[in-house]
Amino acid sequence: MATASTTQERAAELNVLSRKQRSLWGDALYRLMRNKAAVGGLIVIASAFLVAIFAPVLAPYDPIAIPLNPSTQMEPLWTGSKYTDPRYLLGTDFLGRDIISRLIFASRISMVVGFIPTFIVFGLGVSIGMSAGFFGGWLDQLLMRFTDIIYAFPDFLFLLIIVASFRASGFGKVLDGLMLIFVAIAIVGWVGVARLTRGQVLALKEREFVEAARSVGATSGRIMAKHLLPNALAPLIVTAAFAVPSAILGEATLSFLGVGIIPPTPSWGQMINEGFPLFSSNPWAVLMPAICISVVMLAFTFVGDGLRDALDPRMKT
Amino acid sequence: MADLLEVTDLHTQFFTRDGVVRAVDGVTFQVAAGETLGIVGESGCGKSVTALSLMRLIPQPPGKIVKGSIMFDGQDILKMDDDDVRGIRGNNIAMIFQDPMTSLNPVLTISRQISEALELHMKMDKSEARKRTIELLELVNIPSAKKRVDDYPHQFSGGMRQRVMIAMALSCNPKLILADEPTTALDVTIQAQILDLLKNLAREFRTAFILITHDLGVVAGMTQRINVMYAGRIVEKADTVELFANPKMPYTWGLLRSIPRLDESRKAKLVPIEGLPPDLIAPPPGCKFEPRCQYRHDVCHEKEPDLKHIPNSKPDHEARCWGTQEGGWLVDTDWRREIGDTRVIEEIKQETASVTATPETPGE
Repeated sequence: MATASTTQERAAELNVLSRKQRSLWGDALYRLMRNKAAVGGLIVIASAFLVAIFAPVLAPYDPIAIPLNPSTQMEPLWTGSKYTDPRYLLGTDFLGRDIISRLIFASRISMVVGFIPTFIVFGLGVSIGMSAGFFGGWLDQLLMRFTDIIYAFPDFLFLLIIVASFRASGFGKVLDGLMLIFVAIAIVGWVGVARLTRGQVLALKEREFVEAARSVGATSGRIMAKHLLPNALAPLIVTAAFAVPSAILGEATLSFLGVGIIPPTPSWGQMINEGFPLFSSNPWAVLMPAICISVVMLAFTFVGDGLRDALDPRMKT
Repeated sequence: MADLLEVTDLHTQFFTRDGVVRAVDGVTFQVAAGETLGIVGESGCGKSVTALSLMRLIPQPPGKIVKGSIMFDGQDILKMDDDDVRGIRGNNIAMIFQDPMTSLNPVLTISRQISEALELHMKMDKSEARKRTIELLELVNIPSAKKRVDDYPHQFSGGMRQRVMIAMALSCNPKLILADEPTTALDVTIQAQILDLLKNLAREFRTAFILITHDLGVVAGMTQRINVMYAGRIVEKADTVELFANPKMPYTWGLLRSIPRLDESRKAKLVPIEGLPPDLIAPPPGCKFEPRCQYRHDVCHEKEPDLKHIPNSKPDHEARCWGTQEGGWLVDTDWRREIGDTRVIEEIKQETASVTATPETPGE
C-alpha cells in the first residue's frame, strides 16, 4: 500500500494522472455548449430577456397611449407602399400605436408567463410526486388519483375554462389578468411533473444508496432533498425547458382568444387578436407578433433538446 | 464483560400475498464490546434481514419485527421511537453494504456523502466535516485523499468505493459495525485487502463487528465467534477455532465441503449441498435442514431439535441437530472423513498401506 500511495503521489507531482476535474453538471454544461442550436437558442432567449428588462429604454413610443393624430394601420417601411410612415419602422396597429414598442413591451409578458408558472408547476409537481412516490401507500393512492382526475381533462380546454370562469372576479384582474394566467397554467401543468417525479422516485428509492443514507440516520426529508431530488433532476430540467415554451404558447393562445391579458397591456397573442380582423388589408400587424412567438418558441425548443442530449448522453433521439 | 448487543428471540416476518415469510425465526445471540461475530449461511437464510432488523431498517410494510428484543447498550431498540433510532443509526451502529457500486449516491461527491453522518450526529460544520472526511479516507488507505474527496463515485474503483463505505461507517466512531457481505462484490485480491483493513480497524478502534457472509473462508481469519444460520434460525454457534475444528451440524459440514481448496487434486469436484433452502412460508415441520440432509432419521422429520450444547465439544458450542446431540447417531462420526478432507484420505491411505502390504485403495 505504501508504494502504491507514493506512486500516486509522484504521479500527482508530475501532473501525470491529474485530469481537470469536472462535476456532473460541469460535464453537462460542456456538452450543452458544444451544441450549436442550443447555444443559438440561449442567445435568443438572453436577448429576449434583455429586451424585456430594458423595454422602457428601448421602445421608441408609448405602447399603450393612442397618439393624438393617429396614423393607423401603417405597414412596415420596407414594403414601400403608400401606407407607411417614416416614424414607424414596423408600422402601426389599428389604433395607430407603434408596433415595435408594443412588441417590445409584450416580450415582458411572454418572459414572465414562461418562467413563473414553470416554477409553480415544479414546486407543486415535484413535492406532490416526491411524497407520493416516497411514502407510497394511501398517500400515494390519494395523490395519484387526484392527479389522474386533473390529467383526464383536456389541457387547453381546462385552461380555458379556468380563465374564462375567473376572469370577471377580482382575482382575475390582478396584474392585468396575469396572475390568473399563472395560476391556471400551473394548475393544468403540474400533473405531468408529478407523474414524472413519482416514477423517478419509485425507481430511485429502491436503490441501495437510499438504504445507506437511512443507515447513517438521515431523515426522510433529508433523503428526499439530498439524495433523491439530485438524482431525478436531469429529466425534470428537460421537462422544465419544454414547459416554458408551452406556457408562453398557452398565454398567447388565451390572449388571442380574448381571455388572456386584459387590454390595453400588450401581449403577442393579444396583438394577433387585434390585428386579425384586418388581416387582409394589413397582414403585418399579425405577422410581426407571430414571428416573435415562433422565434422564442423555437429557441426554447432548441435549448430543451440540447439540455436533454447534454444531461443524458446515452439517449439518442 | 457486559454484552454490547443482546438479541433475544428475534422474529422478523414479511407479510406477502402468498403468506407469511418467517425470514428470521427466533434468533438469539450476543455480541460483546470489541468482539467480532460472524454470521454465516446460504443466500436467503435470514442473515441480511437479521442485520437490517438490528437497525430497524426492515421495509415496513411488508416486513415487521413481530417478536423479540434487541438490547443495545442497555436500551431496547425495538421499543425506541423513530427519532431515537435515527440517533443510533450511523452514530452507534453503522452498516457496510454489500455492493459499493450501488450504495453510493452517484450524483453526490465522496466528501458530501461521508460528511452526512458527521453533520447529522457530530454536529460538525462543513469545514470540520471535510477535514475529518479527509482523515477518514486516509485511514482507509485512499491515496491522495485530499485530492480525491471531491470526486464522484464513478471516478473510484470498486475496492476504493468499498473503502469509502467503510470510512462512512467509521465516521462517528460507532460501537458496532454491521458488515453485510462486505467483500462479495469485489475480486479476491481486493477482498483480502478489505478484510485486512477491517481486521486492523476492529483491533485499533475496539469496535464490535458483525460480519455477515456466505463464505466461511472470509470469517475464518476475521471473527472470534461464528453463528451458522439456516432458514431463519441459528443452527450452530461456536467460537471460530472450535467451529472449524469440530463442527457439529451436517449443514456446517456441507458448507465446509463446498469451500474450494487449493490442496485438492485437480480432478476433485466441488461438492455442493444438494437442493435449495426451504420455502420460508411453509418450512418443514421438523429440522429445517432435514430435507437436504444425508444423515437424516425419522425423528428429524417429526420434531425440530433445540439449540443445545453438544457432547465432545467446548462448553459454548451449541448445535441444532438430533444426530450430534447426546445419544445421537452422529456423535462419533468423523466429519473430516464425511466431507472428504484430502488429508484424512491421505492418512487412511497410509494406514492401510502400513497394515496390508498391498495397497488396495485405488490411486486418485
